[in-house]
Amino acid sequence: MNPLDLENGLLSLLIWLPVIAGILILAVGSDQKATMVRGLSLGFSILVFLLSIPLYTLFDSSTAAMQFVEKASWIKAFNINYHLGVDGISMPLILLTTLITVIVIISGWQVITQRVAQYMAAFLIMEGIMIGVFASLDAILFYVFWESMLIPMFIIIGIWGGPNRIYATIKFFLYTLLGSLLMLVALLYLYNVSGNSFSILDFHQIKLGMNVQIMLFLAFFAAFAVKVPMFPVHTWLPDAHVEAPTGGSVILAAIMLKMGGYGFIRFNMPITPDASHELAWLMITLSLIAVVYIALIALVQQDMKKLIAYSSISHMGFVTLGLFIFNPQGVEGAMMQMISHGFISGALFLCVGVLYDRLHSRMIQTYGGIASTMPVFAGFMVLFAMANSGLPGTSGFVGEFLVILGAFQANPWFAIIASLTLIFGAAYTLWMIKRVIYGKVVNRDVLSLSDVNPREIIMLSILAAMVLIVGIWPNPILEVMHTSIENLLQHIAISKLP
Amino acid sequence: MKNIYIAIPLVCLFASIVAGLFGKVIGRKGAHTITIAGVAIAFLLSLIVYSDVRDGNTFNGSLYTWAITGTVPLQIGFLIDQLSATMMIIVTFVSLMVHIYTIGYMASDPGYQRFFCYISLFTFAMLMLVMSNNFLQLFFGWEAVGLVSYLLIGFWYDRETAIFANMKAFLVNRVSDFGFLLGIAAVLYLFGSLDYAAVFASAEGIQHATVMSPFGEWNWLTVTCILLFIGAMGKSAQVPLHVWLPDSMEGPTPISALIHAATMVTAGIFMVARMSPLFELSETALSTVLVIGSTTAIFMALVGLVQNDIKRVVAYSTLSQLGYMTVALGVSAYEVAIFHLGTHAFFKALLFLGAGSVIIAMHHEQDMRKMGGLRTIMPITYLTAIIGSLALAGIPPFAGFFSKDAIIEAVHHSDIWGAKYAYISVLLGVFVTAFYSFRLLFMTFHGSNRSDEHTRKHLHESPNVVTFPLLALAVPSILAGFMFFEPVLNGNFFGDSIFILPAHDVVNQLAAEYEGTSGIGMIFSAIGHGVQTPPFWLALAGVIFAWYCYCKNLALPGKIKNAFRPIYIIIDKKYGFDELYQSLFSQGSLLVGRFLHKYADAGLIDGALVNGTASSVNRISGVLRKVQTGFTYHYAFAMIIGLFALITFFVWF
Repeated sequence: MNPLDLENGLLSLLIWLPVIAGILILAVGSDQKATMVRGLSLGFSILVFLLSIPLYTLFDSSTAAMQFVEKASWIKAFNINYHLGVDGISMPLILLTTLITVIVIISGWQVITQRVAQYMAAFLIMEGIMIGVFASLDAILFYVFWESMLIPMFIIIGIWGGPNRIYATIKFFLYTLLGSLLMLVALLYLYNVSGNSFSILDFHQIKLGMNVQIMLFLAFFAAFAVKVPMFPVHTWLPDAHVEAPTGGSVILAAIMLKMGGYGFIRFNMPITPDASHELAWLMITLSLIAVVYIALIALVQQDMKKLIAYSSISHMGFVTLGLFIFNPQGVEGAMMQMISHGFISGALFLCVGVLYDRLHSRMIQTYGGIASTMPVFAGFMVLFAMANSGLPGTSGFVGEFLVILGAFQANPWFAIIASLTLIFGAAYTLWMIKRVIYGKVVNRDVLSLSDVNPREIIMLSILAAMVLIVGIWPNPILEVMHTSIENLLQHIAISKLP
Repeated sequence: MKNIYIAIPLVCLFASIVAGLFGKVIGRKGAHTITIAGVAIAFLLSLIVYSDVRDGNTFNGSLYTWAITGTVPLQIGFLIDQLSATMMIIVTFVSLMVHIYTIGYMASDPGYQRFFCYISLFTFAMLMLVMSNNFLQLFFGWEAVGLVSYLLIGFWYDRETAIFANMKAFLVNRVSDFGFLLGIAAVLYLFGSLDYAAVFASAEGIQHATVMSPFGEWNWLTVTCILLFIGAMGKSAQVPLHVWLPDSMEGPTPISALIHAATMVTAGIFMVARMSPLFELSETALSTVLVIGSTTAIFMALVGLVQNDIKRVVAYSTLSQLGYMTVALGVSAYEVAIFHLGTHAFFKALLFLGAGSVIIAMHHEQDMRKMGGLRTIMPITYLTAIIGSLALAGIPPFAGFFSKDAIIEAVHHSDIWGAKYAYISVLLGVFVTAFYSFRLLFMTFHGSNRSDEHTRKHLHESPNVVTFPLLALAVPSILAGFMFFEPVLNGNFFGDSIFILPAHDVVNQLAAEYEGTSGIGMIFSAIGHGVQTPPFWLALAGVIFAWYCYCKNLALPGKIKNAFRPIYIIIDKKYGFDELYQSLFSQGSLLVGRFLHKYADAGLIDGALVNGTASSVNRISGVLRKVQTGFTYHYAFAMIIGLFALITFFVWF
């Protein structure tokens, strides 16, 4: 195919192909034909992943302008457009989405035996929607994708979730909805002042007074802080994770949380730069609280999924910290942290899933001495744990390192507090490893465990490879972001006060 | 040459990967063959590199760009000069010996291949650390050796003590990395680069830059150096971050020799020597280094006196000797510090492997009170242990004498703040060192055998794969001292790789004392000079006193113990660091964590705010529900009121 042809419509293809595939699978699939459903889902997810690779290879990293742009009128009366495009910030996140979806499909292969078609379809449809969120350049299109993303997630937790899933879904829903509605108000306001445009790129150029900026900042903040999640609106996440099936947790941690960080980059910072500077103290304080306070809470968790959920919140603190210190190391570090956290938290949730599938317990005390019965699995889990504690040579190091470097330039005290993660992050992760992986085999259940099967080895190996490759050579990813981040920083350095 | 530089670490990495991933396929023999071949190649290539560097061919260049952040390129690259070439030889040689020794020591262990995978990986990481030309890669190697240390201390992962020790080691090292990473961030902030050459070149320019802190105005360079040194304090186990090293003895003995005596723990010493252009510019930082080092040297040596576990004696001895090296750094005698690092690597690896040989013979019994009289049964182990102990005690002409004497003399010549304290510490340390090393020797090899019947029957000398490394390490433990004494002191051994301000150059003053002599003459005058100074007599006194206590008058140690009971308890408790840290930091953070989880997260945020909101929504909606009556005229009425309200709003505003 001519690359030029591919560029036109590639994003649409990536959004709608998985959605249509999902609907197709819903239509033809039943639990009698589970094998076919699994095969089709895997085939489609791999196809989407392969199709997303040209986004990287054909990407022009010398410009900050949107690429692979598609624009068509959608609702003429309100000047709403079907407007897609990616830059160096959204493109890597789309690739992350397509890769993680493949892994999630593999992870549900044998585990989900009931309503297989619905399960697989939900993830495929969600994939399309999530790509839509990252690719939308029209505010209403963005909002539609943003809200509809909740539906499949809601269904996944609600149907395949744990015993307390209703409480978790309602909490999740209430939190998210509250934030989203305020964002909608902000978008409508911006539509008015921009002279009837819903283009996000137009929003970036509007001059706004300080008070208005602060109001808008807080409205967007409500939507994105919940998603990240930032302290103190984080309490939905541990509950949602605990109740979600493994695949749901992986998508939630690996991709959904990133939408919060992405939202800050796409909306808060460029639309309200003055308010961003004005409120940076708040963002930094909340981020640092997340890094330290949440890490301490993670330390005392008994449930592995809760522990990893709290660890996610703590790590996402680095994202918001990196963004609001407004220097290249900080923002690049934040982006790297998002991508790396996608791999690592996804992998850790898969690891818990592997154990859960066998013994149906997420509690740390159930385990102990796994290394004796599941040596290959132990190797993987120790690797991901080390990555989670930010060991150099793994992707977990890159983001934290860059953010700490950036924070030191901004104010050494920020760096000092943030660096505490070196100690706490290692403490809660390794203590879990000590109790789960090492030690004597204390009960018969653990003795009967069988090591990871080829399917599990494949999904863990892919993530292990990504964790190591990105850790050893992050430059290929940083390279594509570079110009966009530089452009963003230049943009927000200029006041938008009228 | 560049290809050789790349090949040296990579050949170890390759061997490690093969042994790790395909351990089952290639079997035990395959695993040790490939890893030993890898390290042997690395050793031979290091020799080539070393002689090339001696010819004046140093190298500083990058391999690839790890990342470009903002405008700062962060690169992976090599700096090959006298300092790194020396370290490469030490690392690969000791590693090779340990590899060979492991064949014997781990012969019956089910984790054989895994062990070889780890120690080769360690060699790779350590080589990357010493060959680095920038702070980023230094930190990479730094953490990677820490990782392998973690994996190896916990090698026997079903032992509760081992997995506690490895977590403790990692976390204590993380505390020091906290400082180290901030130090690196400070370097980038001050210099805009993480490349050694660029940083060192502009160090003098920012010598007087200051930063306001809550405690007054601080010199930036001092702050940076102390932060970096905190990193060294963890890795090189300096007080108060030393607590992990004695516990690390839970790992198999070969790695105690390789990682926790000869190489990894000296990374901090190497790092400060590498950073000499920075440390030289801050006397405050140097004094800090000096005081910490001398405290470690004397107080850890004292703990060594009361240990009965053979490996723990050697471990505390390692702590103390690392203190000596740190003292040397503090008085700007960097080359002497590296000199002692080298001699210590040989004789301490020898002592550890010797202890391991004894432990194999004793069926994994490590308590010296149950040993004794092994000299006739294990003649080679005994002979090499004597050589190691003489070197450690600093008796001429063994290697330790030259390097330790140079440290003591350097401290003597220094007039930096803290030098007097350091001088007393290192002098007393000499006596203590000699005493505990010969206490170990006499308790283990002399007297009558105190083990049980079964063990005694099976006592035997260790196999050749174990004794060969002992003999091979004994050679440099004898020779390394006088071979390198003269070039080190004359300052041409390390060339430009170490930077010293003329005002701090105690080594130069030291060399001046031997003026007119060179080569062999200098060695003899050093020995001649040595026997006239207190250290020699203190060492001799220590040896004789140990002999008296443990060969002649066996009741004396007990009497001394009872006479100085309070002091004995303090030393035996290791000054209470473990208990303090355990209750303050471990229990403390758990307590805070539980409190926050219960009261802040679950109580305040979830309980009062989230669920509180939900329940108040419930309550309010209960009220609101009453408004929705279902009667059309009620709605119409409400709409009219709403309309009026809106109109009023628009008219008024």
